[in-house]
Parts: sequence; C-alpha cells; structure tokens
Amino acid sequence: MKLKPNIAVSESGFVFNPATGESFTLNPIGAEIIAKIHEGLDYSEISEWVKKEYTTDEATFERDFNDFVGQLKINGLFEKSKNEEKA
Amino acid sequence: MSISDKKRYERPMIKKMEAGVPNKFGLRSEYTPMQEIDGVSIKQLLKDYGTPVFVLSETTIRSTFQKAKKAFTTRYPKVQFAWSYKTNYLDAVCKVFHQEGSWAEVVSGFEYDKAINNGVSGKKIIFNGPDKTENDLVKAINNESLIHIDHLDELYLLIEIADKLNVRPKVAIRVNMDTGVYPMWDRFGFNYENGQAWDAINKIMRSGKMELMGLHTHIGTFMLSPNAYAIAASKLADLAISLEQKYNHKVKYIDMGGGFASKNTLKGAYLPGTDTNPSFDDFAESITTALLNANFKSDEMPLLILETGRALIDEAGYLLGTVIANKRASTGKRLTIMDIGVNILFTAFWYDHKITPAQPFTHYTEETAIYGPLCMNIDVIRENINLPLLNKGDNMVVHYVGAYNMTQWMQFITLRPKVVLIDTNGTPHVIRENETNETITSLEKTPQHLSSFNL
Ligand SMILES: Cc1ncc(COP(=O)(O)O)c(C=O)c1O
Repeated sequence: MKLKPNIAVSESGFVFNPATGESFTLNPIGAEIIAKIHEGLDYSEISEWVKKEYTTDEATFERDFNDFVGQLKINGLFEKSKNEEKA
Repeated sequence: MSISDKKRYERPMIKKMEAGVPNKFGLRSEYTPMQEIDGVSIKQLLKDYGTPVFVLSETTIRSTFQKAKKAFTTRYPKVQFAWSYKTNYLDAVCKVFHQEGSWAEVVSGFEYDKAINNGVSGKKIIFNGPDKTENDLVKAINNESLIHIDHLDELYLLIEIADKLNVRPKVAIRVNMDTGVYPMWDRFGFNYENGQAWDAINKIMRSGKMELMGLHTHIGTFMLSPNAYAIAASKLADLAISLEQKYNHKVKYIDMGGGFASKNTLKGAYLPGTDTNPSFDDFAESITTALLNANFKSDEMPLLILETGRALIDEAGYLLGTVIANKRASTGKRLTIMDIGVNILFTAFWYDHKITPAQPFTHYTEETAIYGPLCMNIDVIRENINLPLLNKGDNMVVHYVGAYNMTQWMQFITLRPKVVLIDTNGTPHVIRENETNETITSLEKTPQHLSSFNL
C-alpha cells in the first residue's frame, strides 16, 4: 500500500498528481488517512488510530477503508508494486 | 478517550476537481439538514413511529389552502374549492380540507362513500370520472350531488334513471379542449372543438330530464402554463354564454378542475420547481381574468369551482427514511440504498424529489444514486443527487410527497408504513396505521386441498 512517489499531499486536504495534472480534494478524515499511508502505516495501524479518534467500529471502517483505497487506485494515485499485485 | 470525546465519524472521501465545470447540483440546498417538522424532532418521529414513515403538517396544509383561496377570492367574487379525493383520501386529510371549507370531488363509488362517511353533504359532492355504476348514480341523484357526465353512455343512463325514479339529476358536462398544451387530455368528457360538447348540451337540454348546473374541465395535471387555463376558461365561458342565448338557461358554475403544478421538480428539469413553477397567483390571474373578460352580466358571474389537488398537499407531506447500505457500482459510482422504495414513493417516477439529510454533516458531498429496497431495477428514487457522506443508519427526509403517494402506493414485498399528522399545536397523531401481515393475509383464502404439504 504505497502512494506514487511524486504525488503531492497538502495538509489541508488537496492532492496533486504532477504526472497527469489532476487535483483532488479530500475530506478531513480522508486527508488524515492519506497522510498515514504516506508515513507507511498499514491497515491495522490506521484502523486502530481511527477507532481511537472517531465514533466508528471495525466493520464499518474496514468497508469504508477498502472503498477509499479502491478510489485511490481508480484515480491512479497508488503505486502498483509487485508485492501489491500479489497481495 | 471516552466515546463522547471522539469525533463524529465520516467516511473518508476523495473527489477529483474538475476545473471549469460548474456542478449542476452545486447550487442546490439539498444537503442542508432538516431536523424538525413543525418543531417536532425527526429523530423522535422515527423512534416513535418506525422507519419509513409519512409525516403530514396540518399547519402547512392549512396555510397552503389559505394562500390558494386568497389568490382567487381577491380576484373573483364567487369561489369554491372541492378537495380532489384521489390526491390524498386519508379521512383526517379530507377533514382538514372540509374544515377549511372545501367541498369533495370524487371519481368513484369508493371515494363517493368516503366523502359521505366523512360527513360531507351530498349537495357538496362533485362526482367525476368515467366509471359510475347505476347504483352510484342512483345514490348520487338521491343525495342531489353534482354529477359530471363523462360520456354519452352515461348521459343516456342518467335519462333512463331519471325516467324510472322520476327525479331530476343535477349535472354538468366535462369538456375537453385544445389549450395549446400537448398531449391533449381528450379521453375524458366531450370535445369542445369538434362539437361533441354542444351535442351533449343539446341532448341534456332537449331531454328536459336533467338540471344542467355547470360546465367542467380538467385540462391536465402538473400544468406549468397559466395561459392554458386562460384559454380553457374562455372556452367554457363562451359555451355558457351561447347556452344562455340558445336555451335561456344560465349555468350556476364553471369548474376548472385541478392540475396546478406543485413545488416538485419534474424529472429532467434543469432548475428546481420551487424556483420555476407558477404560483397560485399566476394561475388565479389567468383564470379570473378570462372569466371577468367574458360577457357575463356583472351580477350573474358563475361560481368558480376549483378541484386543485397536488398543489394543495404536496408541500405538507414528508417521507422519513433510513440508509440501509452504501455500495459502489461497477463503474465506480456511489449507490445508496434506503428503506424507501417506489412502492411507497410512487411519485419518484415523475419527480426528482428533494431529499435532505436529517442530521448535520460536514460540507463534503458526493454524487450518488438513491435506490429503494425492492428487488427490482425500476426501484430508483434519485438517479443523481449530491449528498453528504451518508452512513448506514443515517436518516433522510424526502420532501413534497403529500399528493398521490398515499393513494397510489403499492403493497409489494413489504408492508405500508404509518402516516402521522402533526397538528397545529405540534402534536403528532397516527392517522393511518402501518399494515401488518394480518392486514394482508386476512383477505386471503386457501382452498382445503392446499392446506397441507410434506417437504
Ligand atoms: C377531474 C379531476 N379533478 C381534479 C384532479 C386533481 O388534479 P391535480 O392533483 O393535478 O390538481 C384530477 C386529477 O387527475 C382530476 O382528474
């Protein structure tokens, strides 16, 4: 789970992909999660953190997280490493 | 950290920014949450009466009626509304209109009996529609109701009954006509342009067996053109004046039917109906100007009857429901499933209903489709709507649902919900119970040979 290296993430929730010129907005929790992914945290670490900070449960977050990561992939923001493809 | 210190969870969301493409939905206030109806908490209503639930505001019914009445009575000396039962015939709703002074307009024996049971005097019931049985007609004649003749077969049957019972039915004819609006509603009544209307009038007048009380038209429904009403009113006025010249007979009323658009937004319309649809004043101005300009003597203006339906009740009705699930279509599009389907929200076939959340959200929104819970492709409540990031269990308010839903709803797969009326003091009352399995199965009968089986 890794963002493409040249992707620019701002703290205020904007993402810029210089390769395509596309910009994206994120809601605050989306921005925080992207930052965590950027730092190299994995799903279980992120999930622990979200459950501590927000009123949600594992099942809800897992589903929403997978959906979110799916959107990051569709929008071409994720690196397709060999590992990733196998996983 | 205790629960109360935690932040309200919202789904993580990413959205591509499309520079220079203004969002078609961006101007709408659809995601402003609505948390109360007439001061009553929506969460509490859902807790007390279940989800989904229809809620009607008596205050809004009365104020809408007063607005419509004022639009006409300030422009024309004699005005009478008749509540179109088919629009919403829950007894409590009809009685609000009757308390406001509305007569009853019915289109079937079932509706006729409902009006009588509600205590409406027979003389104040207008009986429209193509399907009145002989029994219905006899009852209506004996009660001196106003029978609006739809076709020649009915006219002949009335003459027969009048002969047999030696009574004089009070009648009007329904006239259809070209008002410049298409498709033309020429299935009902007698046509103006091709002379059918005159033919019917001649038959009634020559028979001498009936009292021709009025002329009626209903030019269509969800009409957006006040001018069409001006044309229709002039044509009926012409008929009335020629009738007087020919037979020296004055009709007592001109009935312009219903059809005014409500505040809803028709599917495919670019701007919301609240901004674009004509007001009661616009329709009143067109109709009354046409009648006042006709050649009636000033002290012999006919009574103007209006059978306005949807425009009087749509706004007072809300449908509250709950998000069941969020999904993504194979195309990546967000889909939201609610417990409100087209089985109870029949008008979703015609309108892009305004839908707002019932709890506060951040300003982040997402384009989504809203589907109902039925296992059918046609069960679409909104194909495209910009809404906050809804979670399972969140509540939603569908607006302007007062007309036709509580009469055209279907019992399909599941049971119909409660209907609640909030009175003018803010007290909710159940005015129709939810159905139970018993409601449905009590009408069924199983033949003896099907009573048992071995699986
Ligand atoms: C004869 C007649 N009157 C009144 C109405 C009420 O119409 P609306 O709800 O469009 O005002 C209808 C509805 O179709 C009707 O058929």
